Amino acid sequence: MALTAQDVARLADLARIELSEEELARLAPQLDVILTAVASVAEVAEQDVAPTSHPVRLENVYRTDELKPSWPAETMLAGAPAVEDDHFRVPRILDEEA
Amino acid sequence: MNDTIHATAAELAARIASGEQSAEEVTRAHLDRIAAVDEQVHAFLAVDGERALSQARAVDAKRASGEPLTALAGVPVAVKDLFCYQGLPTTAASRMLENWVPPYNSTVVDRLLASDLVILGKTNLDEFAMGSSTETSAFGPTRNPWDLGRIPGGSGGGSAAALAAFEAPLAVGTDTGGSIRQPASVTGTVGVKPTYGGVSRYGVIAMASSLDQPGPCARTVLDAALLHQVMAGHDPADSTSIDAPVPDVVTAARRAEVKGLRIGVVTELGGEGYAPGVEARFAEAVELLSSLGAEIVEVSCPNFVHALAAYYLIMPAEVSSNLARYDGMRYGLRVGDDGVASTEQVMRASRAAGFGDEVKRRIIIGTYALSAGYYDAYYGSAQKVRTLIRADFEAAFEHCDVLVSPATPTTAFRFGERMTDPLAMYKSDLCTIPANLAGNAAASVPIGLADEDGLPVGLQIMAPTLADDRCYLVGAAVEAGLADRWGGPLLDRIPALEETPR
Repeated sequence: MALTAQDVARLADLARIELSEEELARLAPQLDVILTAVASVAEVAEQDVAPTSHPVRLENVYRTDELKPSWPAETMLAGAPAVEDDHFRVPRILDEEA
Repeated sequence: MNDTIHATAAELAARIASGEQSAEEVTRAHLDRIAAVDEQVHAFLAVDGERALSQARAVDAKRASGEPLTALAGVPVAVKDLFCYQGLPTTAASRMLENWVPPYNSTVVDRLLASDLVILGKTNLDEFAMGSSTETSAFGPTRNPWDLGRIPGGSGGGSAAALAAFEAPLAVGTDTGGSIRQPASVTGTVGVKPTYGGVSRYGVIAMASSLDQPGPCARTVLDAALLHQVMAGHDPADSTSIDAPVPDVVTAARRAEVKGLRIGVVTELGGEGYAPGVEARFAEAVELLSSLGAEIVEVSCPNFVHALAAYYLIMPAEVSSNLARYDGMRYGLRVGDDGVASTEQVMRASRAAGFGDEVKRRIIIGTYALSAGYYDAYYGSAQKVRTLIRADFEAAFEHCDVLVSPATPTTAFRFGERMTDPLAMYKSDLCTIPANLAGNAAASVPIGLADEDGLPVGLQIMAPTLADDRCYLVGAAVEAGLADRWGGPLLDRIPALEETPR
């Protein structure tokens, strides 16, 4: 087995997704099957093959450095879950004792 | 079958341009059809009737004042709900974005509007385009108009079903591992994944950025080409957009000539796991191409058998990174913000509530593949396999002009059949994934019905990078040859949907 429920809990933690016990029990075996199936890639690729990260080889793409009007704040805030005084309002970012 | 909703986009454009039919009348006919059948099909997540009618009336006014019309002026189009379009929610079929209205348009939408197409509404998809059946949509699946008990393919099942149900003559989709071609195949419609970078990704909700590619969906090859022409072309707002002329796809679709063309049949895309009806129709299509004067050769692409494995590492890796933006802070769902919970707790709760199982699976696989200690064995190796697959294509295109295969190993499966077995679901994309990894153009065109279940089968045509026109050349030749044999297009044989009286 490549992946235990405990591993999945740790990965979900890294990915900032809360998983219930029920979800862990359901997802862990599925993820294990998937990872076992895809592990074969390690045996195919020789050390001296160059990796491909992108299908089209592109040089750096530049644009002209010119001023363009930005979006009005109210447009960008229109989809926000919470707004206060023209800003995104977010929950506290520090521990309570801090 | 030549009334408004059964007409092709090319025919509708000609009628509108000549004044035989008004654009408003054409749009109204499609809105009526949607109202009459979409309760059964559920191809649409949102219908934008009033705005569509006003767009149509603007085309009629242009014509009345003698202004020149574009090739598809006044023709209705359905847009996959992954493309930003101001004034309507863009949901990606996820609870995460259920009520999110984008502040700007995607480049594709802007180009549709600039060419005077009429946008009917937004079509259903698997959540964040992750799936092969539309069953992962948070808003319920789309049904295949050929058999309402079966899946319409995915992720772009809504766009493909809208075409097969005659709710729209044109639709746009996106294809990351087959999301345009596999739905086209199982609904008896036409779908094209252009060369990566051929159509702008700007304003399209990202799944896997090195693989995602928007493209056209239609009922005929020429209609797809006309839409391709509107959508494609360099866009400075997408840094991966190719700064080169759009291949002349419309001329190719009209030429429909394969004499002297070298067509390669890929050995690895057939055999075990392929339905007998799929193999039978595929063999007939190859025989048809041969009878039309093409030279058929068998080619081996030995690394294609590893494409699925490489894809299910590279794609989730990019997914885990792209979907990190849904943190419940600036837009989208926020859960558990009770004034006590921290940002991190709210983030975890929001992502738990906003994402469905398949999205969570892929984010976790991607997190694993990119994590320290596993990166080389998984993500690094998958990137090397990607190089080998591209080399297979390059070697094959040295002695073939195009490659062909079935578009998908089986016909449309029943709802629920693969939902608890992710690997079985992933195998739907066995044939389509190689072209996403390598970035070259590929299409699916209908080639008949499987004997065992009477459901559509698609032919995949793969062409080299920036030779998208060859997909249309071969696709149109197959389409014309088969219509000759059958005495009409495949969709003439689709069972009629019952219309709900309004």
